[in-house]
Amino acid sequence: MRHMKKLGWVALASITSLGAHAQDASTKLQTRTLVASCASCHGTDGRPVEGSSVPALAGIPKATLTAQMKAFKEGTRPATIMHQLSKGYTDDQIDRIATYFAAVKR
Amino acid sequence: MKRRNFVQATLALGAVGSFTGCASTSGAIPSKARVVVVGGGYGGATAAKYVRLLSDYAIDVVLIEPNAAFISCPISNLVIGGTKSMSDITSSYDKLGAKHGVKVVKDRVVAIDTAKKTVTLASGPSIGYDKLVLSPGIDMMWDTVEGAQAANTSGQILQAWKAGPETLALRRQLEDMPDGGVYAITIPEAPYRCPPGPYERASQVANYFKQAKPKSKVLILDANQDVTSKGPLFKKYWAENYAGILEYRPQHKATGVDAKTRTVRFDVQNDVKADVLNVLPDMSAGAIAVKSGLANANARWCNVNYQTFESTAAKDVHVIGDSIQVAPLMPKSGHMANAHGKVVAAAVVAQLSGFAIDPQPVLTNTCYSFVSDKLVVHVASVHQYVLAEKTYKTVAGSGGVSAAPNEREGVYALNWAQNIWADTLM
Repeated sequence: MRHMKKLGWVALASITSLGAHAQDASTKLQTRTLVASCASCHGTDGRPVEGSSVPALAGIPKATLTAQMKAFKEGTRPATIMHQLSKGYTDDQIDRIATYFAAVKR
Repeated sequence: MKRRNFVQATLALGAVGSFTGCASTSGAIPSKARVVVVGGGYGGATAAKYVRLLSDYAIDVVLIEPNAAFISCPISNLVIGGTKSMSDITSSYDKLGAKHGVKVVKDRVVAIDTAKKTVTLASGPSIGYDKLVLSPGIDMMWDTVEGAQAANTSGQILQAWKAGPETLALRRQLEDMPDGGVYAITIPEAPYRCPPGPYERASQVANYFKQAKPKSKVLILDANQDVTSKGPLFKKYWAENYAGILEYRPQHKATGVDAKTRTVRFDVQNDVKADVLNVLPDMSAGAIAVKSGLANANARWCNVNYQTFESTAAKDVHVIGDSIQVAPLMPKSGHMANAHGKVVAAAVVAQLSGFAIDPQPVLTNTCYSFVSDKLVVHVASVHQYVLAEKTYKTVAGSGGVSAAPNEREGVYALNWAQNIWADTLM
């Protein structure tokens, strides 16, 4: 059912303007690339290997991840490394990262 | 899952080119691929996997790698220290094919024709490409240390800087060395692969000597003015834990070796004799890059457009990893090569699909060093691409090092390894 719905959506999307679609696809690609910078430590798509003490990011609600990154940035959540890495990302990038991981299945 | 992705991607991208992905994981070497990746290390393997992922499995990828399995440089110093084994740092390439449809060809590229857009394999055949991603790592500039190449070929003086047989051979030399012996490592002037690596290695050997051969010594003979990475952390730990075992000598640029007497000569300082001599000569981009005219920075490293990693010497050839002329403060590390692999994959997918190139790619680096068998220190950085300046810059106030060596990061370091190996290969 879900499968059908998705294909239907794609079919619909394909008859809308190609320019808008290409822009969409291009934005999506850029977000996936940005998010991939987390994957080196947290696993591809935020799924670390089993038994890893590095937390999974897949499926974390957007508000939770955004708040954690803010806490790392402000130094209110202690960390070994994330207080240093979080400061390298803009608020807009963190928003895009959090939006993405919230939509990934755990 | 892949089937559905394929259907979606075909519709979404308007069926760009031919799809030969999942079907081509075994059998004959293809005569052409949309993307050919040369080198299956942290950079190349990641690029191959992520071109597949980011194209929703629509773009076919051939990865050419001479080694049968991936052997990690990170963690390999623990094999030399004796607390990890070769199997701990070795991973299969199988999942790149089975899970992601990358066609992995076990061979070596001996020539690149950037005009005809083909690569030639050692076994004979050529493969055409629309986009070439070159990730050949480093090669040793043996001629910078007289006598070192012959001594290395004979197995007397090792580098063990490309993890593999030499890693184990160096461990054996240390095991065979009688207590009271001297292990000496020479370090070339920066830039070289893995800035903190030599100091981690010296720490691992000192840790081993302290436990098993307490009368033995570790000598670090560094061409640089000072420890090039995590300096205060290493030096404090050495002073407090390896006093009388480990000695650090800066401004020692090795110029020659005598394999018979295991003696190393320097440009200014007196000769040093050791029982186990570990010589790291100057390094350059992998030989295939140099030979193909892509190493256009001092005939040593490859200049690239940092937004896409496209070579400034050849169109549709992208160079990543340790081979490139780095942006300011960008280390030559496995983590950084993995990060390059993703940005280049996205750029290649965008170019082949007619999408806009990402105006602001981001690279991160996290590097853990073991100062003992359990205690670890890190250095971390975030590098944002600045379009106006066409380079990466570390973000002010971000990044940094550990406050002190700690066991918790020892656990994280091993978890980091497991996760980045999976992100690169699985």
